[in-house]
Amino acid sequence: MPLELFTVGEPIADTTAPRDVPLPDRWNERKFRARLVNPANRRRLSIIVVGTGLAGGSAAATLAEMGYRVKNFWFQDSPRRAHSVAAQGGINAAKNYRNDGDSVHRLFYDTVKGGDFRSREDNSYRLAEVSAAIIDQAVAQGVPFAREYGGLLDNRSFGGAQVSRTFYARGQTGQQLLYGAYQALERQIGLGNVEQHPRTEMLDLIVVDGKARGIVVRHLITGEITSHFADAVVLASGGYSNVFYLSTNAKGSNVTAAWRAHKRGALFANPCYTQIHPTCIPVSGDYQSKLTLMSESLRNDGRVWVPKERGDDRNPKDIPEDERDYYLERNYPAFGNLVPRDIASRQAKAVCDEGRGVGPNGLGVYLDFSDAIARVGQAAIEAKYGNLFDMYNRITGENAYETGMRIYPAVHYTMGGLWVDYDLSSNIPGLFVIGEANFSDQGANRLGASALMQGLADGYFVLPSTISNYLADGPFPAVDATHPAAVEAEQSVRAQTERLLSINGTRTVASFHRELGKLMWDLCGMERSEPGLRKALDRIPEIRHEFWTNVKVSGEQGIFNQNLEHAGRVADFIELAELMCVDALHRNESCGGHFRAESQTPEGEALRDDENYAYVAAWEYTPEGEPPVLHREALEYEYVHLAQRSYK
Amino acid sequence: MTSTETRTMSLTLRIWRQRDRTKKGKMVTYHVTDVSPDMSFLEMLDVLNEKLILDGDDPVAFDHDCREGICGSCGLMINGIAHGPEQTTVCQLHMRSFSDGDVLDIEPWRAGGFPVVKDLAVDRSAFDRIISAGGFISAPTGTAPEAHSTPVPKKNSDAAFDAATCIGCGACVAACPNGSAMLFTAAKVSHLGLMPQGQPERDSRVLKMVAQQDAEDFGGCSNIGECSAVCPKGISMETISRLNHDLLGALRAGGVPTS
Repeated sequence: MPLELFTVGEPIADTTAPRDVPLPDRWNERKFRARLVNPANRRRLSIIVVGTGLAGGSAAATLAEMGYRVKNFWFQDSPRRAHSVAAQGGINAAKNYRNDGDSVHRLFYDTVKGGDFRSREDNSYRLAEVSAAIIDQAVAQGVPFAREYGGLLDNRSFGGAQVSRTFYARGQTGQQLLYGAYQALERQIGLGNVEQHPRTEMLDLIVVDGKARGIVVRHLITGEITSHFADAVVLASGGYSNVFYLSTNAKGSNVTAAWRAHKRGALFANPCYTQIHPTCIPVSGDYQSKLTLMSESLRNDGRVWVPKERGDDRNPKDIPEDERDYYLERNYPAFGNLVPRDIASRQAKAVCDEGRGVGPNGLGVYLDFSDAIARVGQAAIEAKYGNLFDMYNRITGENAYETGMRIYPAVHYTMGGLWVDYDLSSNIPGLFVIGEANFSDQGANRLGASALMQGLADGYFVLPSTISNYLADGPFPAVDATHPAAVEAEQSVRAQTERLLSINGTRTVASFHRELGKLMWDLCGMERSEPGLRKALDRIPEIRHEFWTNVKVSGEQGIFNQNLEHAGRVADFIELAELMCVDALHRNESCGGHFRAESQTPEGEALRDDENYAYVAAWEYTPEGEPPVLHREALEYEYVHLAQRSYK
Repeated sequence: MTSTETRTMSLTLRIWRQRDRTKKGKMVTYHVTDVSPDMSFLEMLDVLNEKLILDGDDPVAFDHDCREGICGSCGLMINGIAHGPEQTTVCQLHMRSFSDGDVLDIEPWRAGGFPVVKDLAVDRSAFDRIISAGGFISAPTGTAPEAHSTPVPKKNSDAAFDAATCIGCGACVAACPNGSAMLFTAAKVSHLGLMPQGQPERDSRVLKMVAQQDAEDFGGCSNIGECSAVCPKGISMETISRLNHDLLGALRAGGVPTS
């Protein structure tokens, strides 16, 4: 690897998980060893929470219930709109209600294996361990999970698992779980325990004497830029899929809060680990503003196929059974249509690359329900997935009960994120990162129905237990907007805003975002190669330069200006994109969602290189023009044996 | 594959422009061409905004986020109908629902309870305050019993789910001639009231939520039903009957209306 790409710094390690006790005892032991804050002292301690999704909403509500003073910030008008609301399929929990051999250890094992042996064992185990309590908590809040006629909870199976451990609420599980957290949060707002800051975007982190002590925000309606302070800062700001422009994320989802924290010293881990979801509605035109996911739960009853012959553009109903290639069932008899997402996505790309793709531009495969409808009837399929079929019909104008669906992979989730230890603390003391915004539990690939699990595990159960260990040293000396660190941070936010508005060039923000996204999808998407990544690394600095000299941002600072918001986010995406490509290029192996063309088995499966890459790549920010610094955290597997993943 | 038709449309848009809450607004006319039938309504507005930005004009502000009909951020009146001619959100409304040459009046939600923030974006924080007043089950983290300790009849659970699908977009209020938030409040009262977990607070919940709704700038419900007709999630009028039933029950049981 040429030297100019990056430099290598000191290794890092998590020092908070008690590794002197066996894995199943570590979480209890950590909670026992962690220092506590007594209830009377909690009200003297304040915590900033950025975001109100499953992680942020549940954390803000829970911390307020415990007695801390919480200040909660979000960019939408209401906390109920955080992008977790769009999660469809379900949430995993090791309840073993189906009596099919599930256990905490199996969920842990599936998570580590699904993550292609690139997650930290301690974190993944704890995730599985607290999963059952999440279901209890959600039911107590009135979340209307699907039930059976006896009144007990229903389950379904999901990609990457051979047990039924997924709890769901029709195709709107994220919505219902989020409303549970949102209602708990609104209750605390009503009780005066949470200070709310709607329509507010975090634009910088304030670090005082090495500790995260506050944030700089812009109020999106008035444009006012202000600083806010607390004893700790919690980022729950979600993932960065929108670096690809087209993704299944909400339009507003962005990396800005995490990236600005990174620029203040927080390490960014495994940025190249992105997940491509296999079951999305294909692109229809250049105006496309986002992609829509069809829950992968559809793969429980839908069969994926393409015609055996290239260029067969007959109506799918006219293609006889023996001229169809059910390629997932053929290649992976044990898991069939339920192989993990990365495999299903790459297989779809492979058949389309062979010219056997279907639909207007040949970038699609069929997801066919005719067998399931013949088996259980249309009414049963409608009850399970009705809203998804409706959504498909709205977007494409086609009736999928009759024609089946056309699907294609799209970027959906990012496993990478800010580096955290077992306590979910970043390397900046006082800065905690939870949910999709951190990197910790999912490894190089996330299994279906595990994002909701992680967001809520972090927010309801993990962070509220670990943050006390840090806050036990507080309250910290008061800081206000006159502190030099705050003045400097506010000043840099103002300067960037003014600069964006003053360029007045000839290209729109969206045009840069689209160009960047296309570049990343082509060269740092489903398949990555050294020549492609080098090309991207040549091009991204040019895009960045052109952005900062030729972007046209409309309007002014002191009003509701969505174009200005977008400009700031795209500026950060451009910087992130470069780091993603460096990370992807340096990781000369394939693992999970990171597929390097140079590293595959003879059958075309991802080939890991455990000898050289069994580590977390945590990147330190360096100013433009200087190569980022790599800090390695070695991954040690005591309980799971490293193996080539097989879903055959 | 019908979606590949290359037919495009030209449309005349008359859009409400208002700088902020304090300024007066007005309708402004724009023309858009080359509109594909496969575009969503918001993608059509994106195209207009790109043009406005390049022309040095102020783009049209509108709230939107997930663009798959679930976050509840978007919402506009199109020719006087909340979310336009299909019963869905405007992000899921596609231009194939319109014809070449159409003239469309595009306005923000019109209701006292939803002041305009800018152009087509409104302030719906009143909805959050209604939830904050009582739209929850008090179950602090850690207090939950085992999930299977209380079976819930599937019939009730399904009905609760139907009510719980409300996305809080505000179309119900915008469509109501009285500007009433009754369907929104009733959906939450029904969702929680149908679950065994929701029983202990059932009386106090309906009293507090209705009181908060009345304290906001919403009108009263006179059972017109426009709300349910435009609701993208099809929340039924039955929820309003449930709310009235619960409210009467709570008052009979000695509850005191707080408004």
